[in-house]
Amino acid sequence: MEKNLYGIMAEFDSATELVDAANKIRLAGYTKTDAFSPFPLHEIDEALGIRRSILPLLVFGGGITGLLSGIALQVFVHYIDYPLNVGGRPYLSWPSFVPPSYELTILLAGFTAVFGMLFLNGLPSPYHPVFNVPRFALATREKFFLLIEAADPKFEYDDARKFMESLEPQEVFDVPE
Amino acid sequence: MEQRNNWNRWNTRFELFKNMADLKEIQTRVYPPMVEGDHTFATVSDKIGDITLKRKTPYFWFIGFAIAFMVAQLLLFAVTVLLAKGIGIWGNNQPVGWAFDIINFVWWIGIGHAGTLISAILLLLNQKWRTSINRFAEAMTLFAVACAAMFPLLHTGRPWLAAYWLFPYPNTMGIWPQFRSPLIWDVFAVSTYASISLLFWYVGLIPDLATLRDRAKNKFFKFVYGILSWGWRGSARHWHRYEIAYLLLAGISTPLVLSVHSIVSLDFSVSQVPGWHATIFPPYFVAGAIFAGFAMVLILCIPLRVWYNMKDFITDTHLVYMAKIMLATGLIVVYGYAMEAFFGWYSASQYEVFMVKNRIWEGPYWYMYWLLILCNGLSIQLLWFKRFRQSPFWLFLISIVVSIGMWLERFVIIVTSLNRDFLPSSWAMYSPTIFDWSMFIGTIGFFFTLIFLFVRFLPVISIFEVRTLLPEANVHGHQQDFDESVLEIEYTWERTDPPNR
Repeated sequence: MEKNLYGIMAEFDSATELVDAANKIRLAGYTKTDAFSPFPLHEIDEALGIRRSILPLLVFGGGITGLLSGIALQVFVHYIDYPLNVGGRPYLSWPSFVPPSYELTILLAGFTAVFGMLFLNGLPSPYHPVFNVPRFALATREKFFLLIEAADPKFEYDDARKFMESLEPQEVFDVPE
Repeated sequence: MEQRNNWNRWNTRFELFKNMADLKEIQTRVYPPMVEGDHTFATVSDKIGDITLKRKTPYFWFIGFAIAFMVAQLLLFAVTVLLAKGIGIWGNNQPVGWAFDIINFVWWIGIGHAGTLISAILLLLNQKWRTSINRFAEAMTLFAVACAAMFPLLHTGRPWLAAYWLFPYPNTMGIWPQFRSPLIWDVFAVSTYASISLLFWYVGLIPDLATLRDRAKNKFFKFVYGILSWGWRGSARHWHRYEIAYLLLAGISTPLVLSVHSIVSLDFSVSQVPGWHATIFPPYFVAGAIFAGFAMVLILCIPLRVWYNMKDFITDTHLVYMAKIMLATGLIVVYGYAMEAFFGWYSASQYEVFMVKNRIWEGPYWYMYWLLILCNGLSIQLLWFKRFRQSPFWLFLISIVVSIGMWLERFVIIVTSLNRDFLPSSWAMYSPTIFDWSMFIGTIGFFFTLIFLFVRFLPVISIFEVRTLLPEANVHGHQQDFDESVLEIEYTWERTDPPNR
């Protein structure tokens, strides 16, 4: 086994082959695995055993924060810090506080969705070991890749390589660190 | 036995259609293909990506860009004079205190709305045809919002002071903006809209920028696209979160886009001016926004698909669908015009009745109203006919007429309501000055300059989403999809009256 090995990667021609192979990999007991495709594949989540992300909860939290901060800001400005009588309207005229609070809810929820997604994905990461495989440039164009990381507890180089070859991929690569 | 029954069911099913060829024909009529021609993942990626990477920049790009850029200089001129001399150079004065600045603001921001509708609402409604037009429609939204935001900001006269007029931050003067004013709601709505549209557009771009990064030969572009794509590598775990984020963004953009133009309309309807003070304003403005926006999408995509040979992705079907949406929203807008006149009469208030008369036939701007009806009400009636819906030339023409019509609509709402309000002693005419015009035309140049730059440097069609439209993208899915569509056709067939079959 090589010393600086990140994992073993196999290349497939179609989405169906990738999902079938991913199913076999999960059943073989590998857990530190990943698949790469040029577009989102819903079937792969189940095949690789990817658990549902906590992102929706974060976004909900972001939205609530936006809502509460919008209300707090306006109540502070118009009720606590600088009460101003405009045409005899009540200081706590909440209906007119709705639109800014609504917009702030959406603003913070949106920011959480995007930056939460990037954060949970560990992006930005301009360098990643998988980029060391020259053929991997096709992962953003037309090809599908499957990876078993060397950090997987079940990983034995020879077994893993043989297993990958048994999935009938186009090619199997060692991914250097 | 089970299998035999199945076979019988299939047999009867196929008897409905004489043979497979019939079935296929019906299927393409019910589900027109969204990608035409023989495409694979690779050809889709190359065809769209190569516009930016490989193909020689076509000569019309240089001509178009040069014209747009020159027109944009008018904006520079108008803004320079404005900042040097103040807003007195504009034609608006009492009683028409709001004119070109708000007309153009509403016009531009309305145009932006189609982009968000296409990217968010049609995504939630699972309309696959949105996929090939959402990218540049979103870009159109961003650029239109940028043009729109300039008007209110410059109308403050001293935009460098506008920070504390518009945004609530603790300043040494100890003053705050007035949150009970729709103008402050507008600040929140428009700035949120601009930020969320930018995020939506950028998130959609990330995987495509990675495609360009991996395909670029030029070191510099490889580096730039690499930085912009944040190191995207298409991992299944990343896609999983990406799709959730994208769907959530669509989910929150939907109420956002409806709220933005509603709040813009509240700028008017919260006031008491006859012609503005109407409850129909929010939905009527939103429909008008989508109407104007689709007109602009058509204006942009009809030449684009010819010049860049993108007819495989932006098919004639796409144009027909957009024409139908334009017709539907246009009719809502016409309903709005009818209701405005009706409200004037039904209010039994002499000011409201006078406003309607003044607007339609007694006032000095009556011809603007009838031009508006001609542009927005009559021109779209052509879209009832298949012949016009299917002709890119006519669609382009109607879209331009509609864009003009929507601008006239805002002119009519704003100027005819203000020029003769409650006190006859303060009635006055409004006419724009050369600075009004040069700023307005300048923003059109600015908008098209940005569009040309976008077309040159970023993928105009969402590559990764078009890949999902190809049949190969279905995992074990070909046969299943086909069976489902057979069932659906059968269902429709059985419920169709004989003459329509």
